[in-house]
Amino acid sequence: MASATAQPRKINYRLRQTLAHTAIYLVLIIGAILVFIPFAWTVSTSLKTESQTLASPPEWIPNPVQWKNYPDALTARPFGRYYANTFIITILSVIGQVVSSALVAYGFARFRFPGRNLLFILVLSTLMIPFHMLIIPRFILFKYLGWLDTFLPLIVPNFFGGAFSIFLLRQYFQTVPLELDEAAKIDGASAFQRFWRIMMPLARPALGAVAVFEFMSTWQDFLGPLIYLSSDRNYTVSVGLAAFRNDYFTAWHLFMAASAVAMLVPLVVFFVAQKYFISGVALTGSGGGKG
Amino acid sequence: MQSDIGYKKPAFNPFKVSSWTSGQSEAVSGYLFILPWVIGFLIFVVGPMLGLVYLSFHRWDLIGDPRFVGWRNYERLFTDKLFRKSLEVTILYGLGRVPLGVIVALATAILLNQKIKFVGFWRVVYYMPVVLPPVAVSLVWAWIYNPRYGIINGFIQSVFGVQGPSWLNDPVLVLPSLMVMAVWVAAGRNMIIYLAGLQGISQDLYSAADIDGAGPWAKFWRITLPLLTPVIFFNVVTGMIDTFKLFTQAYVMTQGGPQNQSLFFTYYLWRTAFQDFRMGYASAMAMVVFVIIIALTLLVFRSSKAWVFYEAEVKGGD
Repeated sequence: MASATAQPRKINYRLRQTLAHTAIYLVLIIGAILVFIPFAWTVSTSLKTESQTLASPPEWIPNPVQWKNYPDALTARPFGRYYANTFIITILSVIGQVVSSALVAYGFARFRFPGRNLLFILVLSTLMIPFHMLIIPRFILFKYLGWLDTFLPLIVPNFFGGAFSIFLLRQYFQTVPLELDEAAKIDGASAFQRFWRIMMPLARPALGAVAVFEFMSTWQDFLGPLIYLSSDRNYTVSVGLAAFRNDYFTAWHLFMAASAVAMLVPLVVFFVAQKYFISGVALTGSGGGKG
Repeated sequence: MQSDIGYKKPAFNPFKVSSWTSGQSEAVSGYLFILPWVIGFLIFVVGPMLGLVYLSFHRWDLIGDPRFVGWRNYERLFTDKLFRKSLEVTILYGLGRVPLGVIVALATAILLNQKIKFVGFWRVVYYMPVVLPPVAVSLVWAWIYNPRYGIINGFIQSVFGVQGPSWLNDPVLVLPSLMVMAVWVAAGRNMIIYLAGLQGISQDLYSAADIDGAGPWAKFWRITLPLLTPVIFFNVVTGMIDTFKLFTQAYVMTQGGPQNQSLFFTYYLWRTAFQDFRMGYASAMAMVVFVIIIALTLLVFRSSKAWVFYEAEVKGGD
């Protein structure tokens, strides 16, 4: 390579780099616009009058802006009650999932016992089980327990650990140095004390990831509450939203107002807790969710 | 030291059994810690599985006692056109949706991996749809696809001056329409997984390729893609299982129509069990699909030896 050609080559390379970068940003911006359009369309429709939703071609700017769609939509059915129900179910599910999965994960991460690897493979293999196939016998189980039309079928199973959460937490626990356990053991701390006082505080990032994934999957669940909850006062937001749609077939301005609110809660949680999401996904190579 | 780690030395520990060897007591502690999972597994997985097998040989509408019918439920499945249709629709959807999802998510991840500014911002933007409740998303997209007042046909009308198709009411277009929506929802999640995978690829490999004069295209096919195959593999397996879970879209947007072209399996299962109250027959359906999914998963795992590349294997061979 002659030194005379080196300079123009470098410039050429720089130019190509800049062009490539511009193209990449352009594609990313188009992608972001495509992500935003459905949100914008939701909010836009939610502020229109019913007659404006029936404009063809559709109009983007609500005129007049009809704020009362929101109170109208949220009182057309008892959505306040649905939100309270969903929060109760979600919060108890998160607590159950985090504590029980952490216990199990600690068992797998810190103790040697016969059959440990086999049992752990069994835990992982339940990730592959299509649980929707078990809705019928589970429904019958809860019917015999007298739990139908209560929140129990949606909450209690979370107190027995979830395969995905166990996997995520075990991965994390294994990165915590054993020396801390050993030191506590020498000082006479019991296994449970080592778990509760040493591991749990250290594992906050992973516990946070499990909590947000469980929050989302409970908040998103539809088939479960649809099957187990039958009376209106026990509905979750999702079931209420679907029922609302069946009440009024074409009130799209109200459907969009109710949907916008239903989407707001998980979005707020996501923005507040986004570092947990990203680290959780990266840690396990999965997006969480038990289905 | 003690206050550093934050626990108090116990005066008396009732759970400590001094006559056990440390190995035995360690094992006992281990079993106690995993006990919740074992109990849950027995009650919520093993029990229902046995229940499913039992019910599939019975006829039951939830009233009275289940009646034993032998293999009759299974025999009837062979002639059930809707059952076959639901499998066709589900598999067809999966065959389109899974590769489409891999391509979109991988392409986005590769773009974000190019020393781009504000990676955190783009990640958050693309991830947003992942967290939304499916019922709300389904309502929003039903409105987007509305043939007369939706934005897609509004766009088609204003650009091409023609009336667009009725997406969700068209037997040919309903599945592609739902696939596009699904990609909008899930691309962000898979993108983050790919991005993590890309960031795990050693820069040395690319530097070495540069020295050998490899272009960006060669680097993609020879380095990036092979090293990402484990992640793609994971994506294919979970995508396949997710396809069989599809329910909300069918319930909210299409009710399985038009002409049963979106009669996804789980939707048909739910209808048979909880609308028609044919618990036994629905259980037989679930049994058959259970076996199909396990077989498909094993098949994909088997095939993985041919196309999934694990770095560690090569390192060992060198």
